[in-house]
Amino acid sequence: MRPLTPVTPGARIALGISFFVLFVAVWAAATFGGFVSKTFLADPVTMVKSGYTLLTEMGFAKDIGMTVWRVLGGFLLAAALALPLGVMMGAYKPIEAFFEPFVSFARYLPASAFIPLLILWAGIGEAQKLAVIFIGSFFQLVLMIAVVVGNTRRDLVEAAYTLGASDSSLVKRVLIPGAAPEIAEILRMVLGWAWTYVIVAELIGASSGIGHMITDSQALLATDQIIFGIIVIGLIGLISDLFFKTVNRKMFPWAALGK
Amino acid sequence: MSILSVRGVSRSFVSAGHPPTVALQATDLDVEENDFITILGPSGCGKSTLLRIVAGLDQQSSGEVLLDGKRIVGPGADRGMVFQSYTLFPWLTVLDNVCFGLRERNLPRAEQLEIANAFIQKVGLRGFENHFPKQLSGGMQQRTALARALANNPRMLLMDEPFGALDHQTRELMQELLLGIWEAEKKTVLFVTHDIDEAVFMGSRVMVMSARPGRIKLDREVPLAHPRHYSVKTTPVFAELKADLTEQVRAEVIASQNIQQ
Repeated sequence: MRPLTPVTPGARIALGISFFVLFVAVWAAATFGGFVSKTFLADPVTMVKSGYTLLTEMGFAKDIGMTVWRVLGGFLLAAALALPLGVMMGAYKPIEAFFEPFVSFARYLPASAFIPLLILWAGIGEAQKLAVIFIGSFFQLVLMIAVVVGNTRRDLVEAAYTLGASDSSLVKRVLIPGAAPEIAEILRMVLGWAWTYVIVAELIGASSGIGHMITDSQALLATDQIIFGIIVIGLIGLISDLFFKTVNRKMFPWAALGK
Repeated sequence: MSILSVRGVSRSFVSAGHPPTVALQATDLDVEENDFITILGPSGCGKSTLLRIVAGLDQQSSGEVLLDGKRIVGPGADRGMVFQSYTLFPWLTVLDNVCFGLRERNLPRAEQLEIANAFIQKVGLRGFENHFPKQLSGGMQQRTALARALANNPRMLLMDEPFGALDHQTRELMQELLLGIWEAEKKTVLFVTHDIDEAVFMGSRVMVMSARPGRIKLDREVPLAHPRHYSVKTTPVFAELKADLTEQVRAEVIASQNIQQ
């Protein structure tokens, strides 16, 4: 093993999987070996069994659907507004000067601390869940997109001007396409964060969703169900991440060149 | 009438707490149709600053620049530029990079492709139309940048050490390529370099700039006939001019070193 030497794709997959195996093995040893009380930590087999029951008999699939819908709804809303604002802030410095201080302040407001207020304003319905995710992702997206757009290589900007580009086509034909792969990366990252906000929103004042199932299970001391819920969240996160990565590679083949 | 006239153009940089730095002293320069002017000088002498002012990418502190009698106020498609750094748009293929300025003029796509393909052919990049810049060598990237600038059919071509980052052999081939295109297309070129061989081989006139604060201290016709073959580099006329310019540039480099000590 030498610093920075790459591994083969096969070895990469094998190594990645083996840690999952090791993790489950340690967990199984701790639970089946009787080192941890079943009340506090269910063993893997019980977890899978009750997961199956949850899905087949207790309508957990509907909870998963609700949660996914909330994340996507809130996130898409945030992205749809953050993209134009972020691009404008990155491109036009007066617009940045106007919004940036407030957005910088707002992004440190913890989304979860808004939940009581949002319940007061929007009740415990879907609007409140979407609002939590929106607050959690919008300000982060705006700032990061503005930075990426603002960091466009100046020599490319100058080249575009000497080729006769107007100001508006500089934005459309240089700033946006140049920043697009990084913006896609930002969306992927912030979508990951949106997943943590939705669960928090569902832990408080929800009647459906993965977070709601987890709170219900806590009352029953059903650690098997809680763990299953957590693992489902992790799996959905992993899948959406892979999906995003694949789409990004397909959409921006040039960005991966020379890396 | 000259196509470009630079009249009393100077540039100083102001920074808080320091006296203003004069990068370029009041400079006059007239460029005639079909001139190939090479500008030589030590680094930091303001030769790139002068070129950037002509390009409209930098603002002069005094004086004015006229292109066909009209004052230059900003960058435009009438002055194509090739930079030292690789400035192809990485998200566009070679073909679309060359089409960039044509698309900006809203030409129909078929016409864009016709023009772009002709210039891609001229710079010897046929077969690479669909490559992205990162898939090309430095020399090929600069050839694409040249095709991109030429496709716009600018009044003038401005070149800021365009071959400076290339290895010696590639650079010589690029010089021949550009010279061949200039001889065929009758372009007007302003070319900044610190390579004396390059300045003499390419230029119809060579200017030498003084150490900072820069001014044009020498303006010399190059008495070599066109078309020029690379073998002119070994002729006595070439060697004599090169020796003279080497002395001139050397004096300025020494002066610039003393300033900095």
